[in-house]
Amino acid sequence: MDIYVCIKRVADTSEVEIEIDRSGRALEEEDFSFDINEWDNFAVEAAVQLKEQHGGTVTALTVGGEDDEEVLRRALAMGCDAALHLSDEAFEGSDAWGVATVLAAALKGKPCDLVLLGAVSGDEGRGQVGGFLAGMLDLPLVALATGLTVDGAKATVRHEVEGGLERVVELGLPAVVTVQTGINEPRYVSIRGIRKVSGMEIPVLGAGELDLDASAVGAAGARVTLEELFLPPKGEGAEILEGSDDERIDKLVDMLHERGGL
Amino acid sequence: MLVLALGAFGYILWRRVALLRAAAPSPRFDRIGERLRRLLTIGFGQSRQPRYWVAGPLHIVIFAGFLVLSVRSLTLIGEAFSPGFADIGQGYAAVKDWTGLLVLLGCGLAAYRRLVVKPARYHDRNAGESHTPEALLILGLISTLMIADAVYDGTGLLLNGEGGSGAEPMAALAAAILGGSEGTLGGLHLAAFWVHNAVLLVFLCFLPLGKHFHVLSALPNVFFSKLDAGGKIKPPSYIEDDFDALESVGVSKLEDFGWKQLLDAYTCTDCGRCSDHCPAYASGTPLSPRMISIKTREAAYAQYPVRGSVVPPEQRPALVGETITEGELWSCTTCGACEEACPVMIEYIDKVVDMRRSLVDDGALPATLQKPMAALEKRGNPYGKMARKRGEWAEGAEGEEPVVRTLKKGDEAEVLYFTDSCAAFDPRIQETASAFGRVLARAGVDAGTLGKDEVDSGHEARRFGEEGLFLSLKDKNEAAFEERDFARVVTTDPHAMNALRHDYELEQPVLHHSQLIAELVADGKLELGAIGDGRRYTFHDPCYLGRHNGDYRSPRRVLDAIPGLETVEMERSANRSFCCGGGSLYLFNETECERRMGEIRLDQAAEAGAQVVVTACPFCLINLEDAIKTTGRDGEMEAIDLAELVARATGDAEPVTENE
Repeated sequence: MDIYVCIKRVADTSEVEIEIDRSGRALEEEDFSFDINEWDNFAVEAAVQLKEQHGGTVTALTVGGEDDEEVLRRALAMGCDAALHLSDEAFEGSDAWGVATVLAAALKGKPCDLVLLGAVSGDEGRGQVGGFLAGMLDLPLVALATGLTVDGAKATVRHEVEGGLERVVELGLPAVVTVQTGINEPRYVSIRGIRKVSGMEIPVLGAGELDLDASAVGAAGARVTLEELFLPPKGEGAEILEGSDDERIDKLVDMLHERGGL
Repeated sequence: MLVLALGAFGYILWRRVALLRAAAPSPRFDRIGERLRRLLTIGFGQSRQPRYWVAGPLHIVIFAGFLVLSVRSLTLIGEAFSPGFADIGQGYAAVKDWTGLLVLLGCGLAAYRRLVVKPARYHDRNAGESHTPEALLILGLISTLMIADAVYDGTGLLLNGEGGSGAEPMAALAAAILGGSEGTLGGLHLAAFWVHNAVLLVFLCFLPLGKHFHVLSALPNVFFSKLDAGGKIKPPSYIEDDFDALESVGVSKLEDFGWKQLLDAYTCTDCGRCSDHCPAYASGTPLSPRMISIKTREAAYAQYPVRGSVVPPEQRPALVGETITEGELWSCTTCGACEEACPVMIEYIDKVVDMRRSLVDDGALPATLQKPMAALEKRGNPYGKMARKRGEWAEGAEGEEPVVRTLKKGDEAEVLYFTDSCAAFDPRIQETASAFGRVLARAGVDAGTLGKDEVDSGHEARRFGEEGLFLSLKDKNEAAFEERDFARVVTTDPHAMNALRHDYELEQPVLHHSQLIAELVADGKLELGAIGDGRRYTFHDPCYLGRHNGDYRSPRRVLDAIPGLETVEMERSANRSFCCGGGSLYLFNETECERRMGEIRLDQAAEAGAQVVVTACPFCLINLEDAIKTTGRDGEMEAIDLAELVARATGDAEPVTENE
């Protein structure tokens, strides 16, 4: 089976003091490190496992600039057979719709059994691209998959629904599935693993090669634009209790009694 | 019979050697003088046996008996071809006879231990069947040899019309018991002769089939043992230096082991001393070091059988993952207690690391370790902290002098303080680093750090099998070293010291802070005053300072220099020190266990009657402080780093955080 897995390089903001840059619409990136979006890592593992079981090929795609190629290398090191780097100045500033448009253009006409994406990205957290892409490709969609098996032209997907429930659905292939974390245990990618795929060629496709109208994507085509980025204002009312463990416990119990917590 | 037996023996041995020939290289033909010395002390001298006060001397008796009696065994075979061949003088006859008696007694005691005493060490909880039947069979064979020899000599005396004498007690005893016509005695004499020779040859052929291979392989195994410091890890390949050019990494099948590593497996006696000392075994993890040897040997015997052809790799159970499980491999803290305990110098750490290398190459790194590993790659520390904040701890509070100077590119210092990630980022260990910085300042030592240009030493990355990551960290540190001028390096982390000494092979001498402090005290640059808190102190030897680098003295010299400090030793101290859980990435490693190593270690300190456990390793400190909390000993016991204790003894008022 032929699987496409769409991935994104995101900033790791943990342990970093987040600061807004002067434009007010972006973060100071100096201290960030970047890696594959956590959800996408599970999607790649799911794709590679399906290939290992059923044969076929896995192709990883990303929309982004030069630096974003590193996540494609990583996907190759995990076992993807090929990668496509969708990169063009015209794609910069795309909203989710724009990203989905670029991905759809790259996938159109390709023999494809399954498109996998992470359910959401760790940076902007919109969770829209999978849905848009399924619509554009006119394929069925299951979101937030926590289990995925394929049998012939059918996929059985366990996925999260509201209220903490999960359900199992069956759908015909081809289809789009967005993947929740925890669906598998992604394999480790060693430094050596990355180096081993450093010679593999990754085709770069721009708007021209994808036959895309530059005004339909990127900042020009964005239907959602960012107005302002700000850190949540500091709240009030937090108290830090002082003293020994016992004193602090007593104080806490008193406070909970006084303020109706108990 | 002789030809048949020797033929069979030779064939079995040849099959055993076939695997060694198919194995990867082990460069163990260097430093012959040093090897011969080891052969004499550890091999013939049995110097590691007396660690166990009953089994050890017992083995020495049986081993010495073997040496003495091997002459007899050979001459007795010669007797079959040339009568009188076995008669090589009264002196030897007497020595041999007494030896036979001692060996027989030794066998009796050994059997008593097997059948009645049953030390826990004899049966591994992970072992399938007990090896006691095999042990008893061998003891029986040895005893039969002794008795047959006695009967042979006793009947010989009677046939010659001589009586027994005290010089040859076994023969005399046999002569006293036995009797009968000349014909009966002649028959017995001949029967004893043939029983002795037949049993000897059966014994010989039996050796390479079971755990008694060590009778043949132990001495070579000692001769070819690892001469490097315990803390030095074997490279991924002895043939190809370029790591990236290797086709595969680590050990995933038998032949990937070096031949010496397989000789180890052949040589394992299943005595259980390794596992008896192993903290992972004691704490109930899946690991028992001896099972690594036993299972490797079983795999070797099954896949390179005496009869039939070699089993091709694809038809075997996976050596790593099935035969030896991932759980076993990730449980090892590389503390080296097993290697220190092994009487025949079997190595474990290199094997564990080599098998981990192949797991990592296949992507099978436990999920809990993937984030810290990625953080090491991206930010140079396993905590994922910002790289540029690495040197902040040393800057001191605003408006104050820095605790330790940060060396910029081109700067010079007498001593470079390599902090490693833990001291740089862990708030508790920053206190240790600061205390050490104050001690250095008081002693007038000109020291500086690499600041944000330092990255993790990669010590644990390498030992977890991520060689590529280790190499990239090493490159970064080496670049930072090159841009600064310093005469010596000091670390507060024995792991970092071990890495810089053995993995980096730095030009400058690398000291542990206990060594530098001991030197400063000896030179009179640091005066230590009494602490006088009335508490009893004990020193917990960090594995990578003690066992792996052989220094048990420096920290104790420092403790002894504190006037009036009352110290006690734990039973498991110096080279028997009990690892408290491992450092760096081990703090992220979640292996199943019954009781944590740190808690067991703290119990040992409490048993020794200590209220304060002094250590000299940031991870020991973290593990032991955790154990104080989890065992409810808050307020009763304290763990402290040597540098902090020294700071106290110099009157430095800076308090060490009490456990809250």
